[in-house]
Amino acid sequence: MTALHSIPMEHGLLLAAALFSLGLFGLLTRRDMLFMLMSIEIMMNAAALAFVVAGSRWAVPDGQIMFILILTLAAAEASVGLALLIQLYRRFKTLDVDAASTMKG
Amino acid sequence: MKTALVNVFSYFLIALALIVLAYIAGERAPFYVSAAVALFATIMVVVNTNPVHALLYLVLSLLSVAVIFFVLGAPFAAALEIIVYAGAIMVLFVFVVMMLNLGRKTEDQERRWLAPTAWIGPALLAGVLLWQMTELLWPQGGFMTAAGVQVVSAKAVGIALYGPYLLAVELASMMLLAGLVSAYHLGKSE
Repeated sequence: MTALHSIPMEHGLLLAAALFSLGLFGLLTRRDMLFMLMSIEIMMNAAALAFVVAGSRWAVPDGQIMFILILTLAAAEASVGLALLIQLYRRFKTLDVDAASTMKG
Repeated sequence: MKTALVNVFSYFLIALALIVLAYIAGERAPFYVSAAVALFATIMVVVNTNPVHALLYLVLSLLSVAVIFFVLGAPFAAALEIIVYAGAIMVLFVFVVMMLNLGRKTEDQERRWLAPTAWIGPALLAGVLLWQMTELLWPQGGFMTAAGVQVVSAKAVGIALYGPYLLAVELASMMLLAGLVSAYHLGKSE
């Protein structure tokens, strides 16, 4: 692992921003709860990528530590979200989140 | 049969584009090619209507991000990305998809909502806005600073994690416990 070729930091951050906006796009357009959860995963992954890029720019471990914390958050979010998804499916027999709109949110 | 041929042709075009990109990028090809793959896979996740196909594309996207971590000199993060993200979390998603056994109906509904007439106009206008904004934000000549010159090893990460960030580790473990309890409670059948 020697002589890695350096990448402009802006390119990494641009990639993270593009992935984040793709996830946001998915979250706003899809109404299938499974796809919404996947979009949230994409967004968190993009945020983690931005942290790793920044940590790599200054060669400090802090970026990777934030990545680990975001990973923990993503795992907890996925488990709770999927449990909610199972409950939604049990009660409404669909994954369409608009089915559960009694609160008119 | 015709659609299959079109599919094969489009994949061929994508592969050709990646090869050209690798040739242009030269020594930095791993970053740019995996970035292109990550973007393409993520787009396929967002516009896909079949849950299992979307999950496979999501795994592909996470794997290419892992390659990017490796190129940027973060091998520990790359390993964690593959083991925890592409491994554990995605397997959780696949389990749930298989458990629910989703039908053709939801797929048709999602496909109807993603018809091109609904988004092509706003997309073009937003593209013009984005172009203007990049003209504003990206000065001629640019301001490039390098990333990924130096490898941050797993040892350095571990020392920092159990040194100044010990409290954060404890908080993360408490959050995982809360997630476990709430997932158990929510997933329980009445």
